[in-house]
Amino acid sequence: MGSMNAAESFVLAIGTKKGLWLATSQDRKQWSFSGPHFLMSEIPSIGIDTRDGRTRIMVGVRSEHWGPHVAHSDDLGASWTEPEQGAIKFPEGTDAAVERIWQIYPDAESRPGVVWAGAEPISVWKSTDGGEHFELNRGLWDHPHRSEWGAGYGGAAAHSIVVNPSGDNVHVAMSTGGVYRSLDGGTSWEPRNKGISAYFMPDPNPEFGQCVHKIAADAAVDGRLYAQNHHGVYRTDDNAENWESIAEGLPADFGFVMLTHPRRAGTAWVVPLKADGERIPPDGKLAVHRTDDAGTTWKRLDSGLPQSEFNAVLRDAASVDSAEPAGVYFGTRGGTVYASADEGETFAEVASHLPDVLCVRAAVVAGAPVTAGTPA
Amino acid sequence: MAEISVVLPGVLQPLAGGQSILTTPADGAVTVGSLLDSVTGTYPVLARRLRDETGALRRYVNIYVNGEEVRRLRGLETEVSAGQEVLIIQSVAGG
Repeated sequence: MGSMNAAESFVLAIGTKKGLWLATSQDRKQWSFSGPHFLMSEIPSIGIDTRDGRTRIMVGVRSEHWGPHVAHSDDLGASWTEPEQGAIKFPEGTDAAVERIWQIYPDAESRPGVVWAGAEPISVWKSTDGGEHFELNRGLWDHPHRSEWGAGYGGAAAHSIVVNPSGDNVHVAMSTGGVYRSLDGGTSWEPRNKGISAYFMPDPNPEFGQCVHKIAADAAVDGRLYAQNHHGVYRTDDNAENWESIAEGLPADFGFVMLTHPRRAGTAWVVPLKADGERIPPDGKLAVHRTDDAGTTWKRLDSGLPQSEFNAVLRDAASVDSAEPAGVYFGTRGGTVYASADEGETFAEVASHLPDVLCVRAAVVAGAPVTAGTPA
Repeated sequence: MAEISVVLPGVLQPLAGGQSILTTPADGAVTVGSLLDSVTGTYPVLARRLRDETGALRRYVNIYVNGEEVRRLRGLETEVSAGQEVLIIQSVAGG
């Protein structure tokens, strides 16, 4: 994507513990907000689908009382649709119920309508109708390892789904279980965690069982992925056959976020936290770190961020947009959201005092900026 | 024929076309489970708010029959007699 023109604008979606906020902007500086949508429901997952000539916002909604569901809006939140028969539910015979939708991942431009979802209990789902109905991925659900997968603190979930451009290679990350790879578009799955430490297990280098927090694919190098682990930051250059540490140069190897550039090879962002037992920014100073050489070196980015911050940034509470230069967005458990229109060089606060931020997504959309819809 | 009434909390009424009470004809006792099947049959979104896809009552949804929460009785197998009223109330939870 080239420079912005008047026919484009930006959408920022912020999912929190108590509802969803939406914002639109023309310049990524001034934002017009609406919300809360789905007040008192948590929004752990958001997908903004700009394919097919429309902007569809899909959200995973979860009420403590009334359970989870997926809803979508084609008018920037002015109205929401929940498919009458439910978008996502376990089929009969599985004796399982969806607890929380952790991930909504629109597939490639070349596969319009295809949307993946990751859920708790650990499961992967695929929609071919723009997120209105998802089918359970049986290959992963019936995997012989499933009974041995565990639950991280937040629950047992498939939280990352990465599909390569051809659609053959699908990587899923789960906590806990690690990275699983399919070479046949999701039919069969194998663990691919060689090199990733699971220091909290009796065997620190198991075939699976790692607590990977987030994975993301390099935009331009096929077979290269990055992982932020429960202690450990890694890269693979061979389609997850081998992972190597790229944590050197970071102030800490713990954290939840892993973002990659929309186009440029070798660029990724993390938000380090001090440690498993101290889930705060190192020294209480919040900073994003970016690599432009696939993890060989890291640059600390904290311009515009507060001097002191003791809240964590969760795995999906960060996003990039597809503009040039790319925008970087993230929110904290303290309810503050920061945005950068220059790949992280400078940040500005765009929202504060919201409930805990669980998910942030941003996108460039066609059309002049409009005020986001009225609260649901 | 006698009826059994199910009283909905305000927050769920939009999912039942704005109704606060759903009724079903009954000439004898029915279980709470089959009562829910009956009154939510045309409101599938409402049905999913109350029970998950395994049929289990959601953890923080309480259903009262004669003032007793059904988990203290026989759960969804609790019988309700014609003419009785059933209350659905969300439990006090969250923060």
